[in-house]
Amino acid sequence: MCAEKKMPRFLAVSIILFGFWLLLSWHFDPLHLTLGLISSLLIAYLSSDLLISEEEIGFSPRKVFSFILYSIYLAYNIVLANLDVAYRVLHPRMPIDPQIVEFKTKLRSDVGRTILANSITLTPGTISVDVRGDVFYVHALSEKSAEELLRGKMEGKLMRIFE
Amino acid sequence: MLESIILDLISIGFMLTGTFFFITATIGLLRFPDLFTRLHATGKGDTLGAGLILIGLAIHAINAGMTSETVKILSICVFVFATSPVAAHAICRETYIKEGKHWVRGGKE
Repeated sequence: MCAEKKMPRFLAVSIILFGFWLLLSWHFDPLHLTLGLISSLLIAYLSSDLLISEEEIGFSPRKVFSFILYSIYLAYNIVLANLDVAYRVLHPRMPIDPQIVEFKTKLRSDVGRTILANSITLTPGTISVDVRGDVFYVHALSEKSAEELLRGKMEGKLMRIFE
Repeated sequence: MLESIILDLISIGFMLTGTFFFITATIGLLRFPDLFTRLHATGKGDTLGAGLILIGLAIHAINAGMTSETVKILSICVFVFATSPVAAHAICRETYIKEGKHWVRGGKE
């Protein structure tokens, strides 16, 4: 890892940790601020490469905006997923037909893949079981939700943010 | 005065909806046939249930004028949404690697 990449990462992690300290302590007197600053700098020095990995995620207003749009889209889908599961749970005959489908992803970055796997778990009728190389193994509650996933709408939205 | 009553009603609404999703998740846990299908119910239901109850609490905290508590509750909400699907995925993955089979309608695979 090259040295000039380390410094911005160290600063970014310090700022994140210090913000989190402020959030949890909510005391703004000099003593608490100094303690928080010292401990966040120390932790960032020791473990900044754990929080942000080597790959770079370029921040641009367009990406942040599409990430916010994606969050709204995801929240809507989470509500749909829960109504779907509630319907299947409460239906007397339990209309489920489980199957495991394979889903090949084009996403390269780790963060993008993690978010995709989490989104698969939270959206209607699908739960991510395993990732081997490029292939996601997804457990689907019904054929319809499997087809919905294989259409790759969610992946397309994430591609715009992370690639 | 009226505003505070409206905020109270909204927060109660959020908490009741959250409780509804918790209840369906629990019924699903009891009714569904195997681990994967049960995780469908709990992985989704618990996440949204906990999220909605926390949002209800945050609205209640705003109403009571507790800013720091509101921010903290909302950050708990973010962490629940980030970690709960990971936990469901971890349980699924272990079982799939160890057993490699799952319940299918009308027979075994």
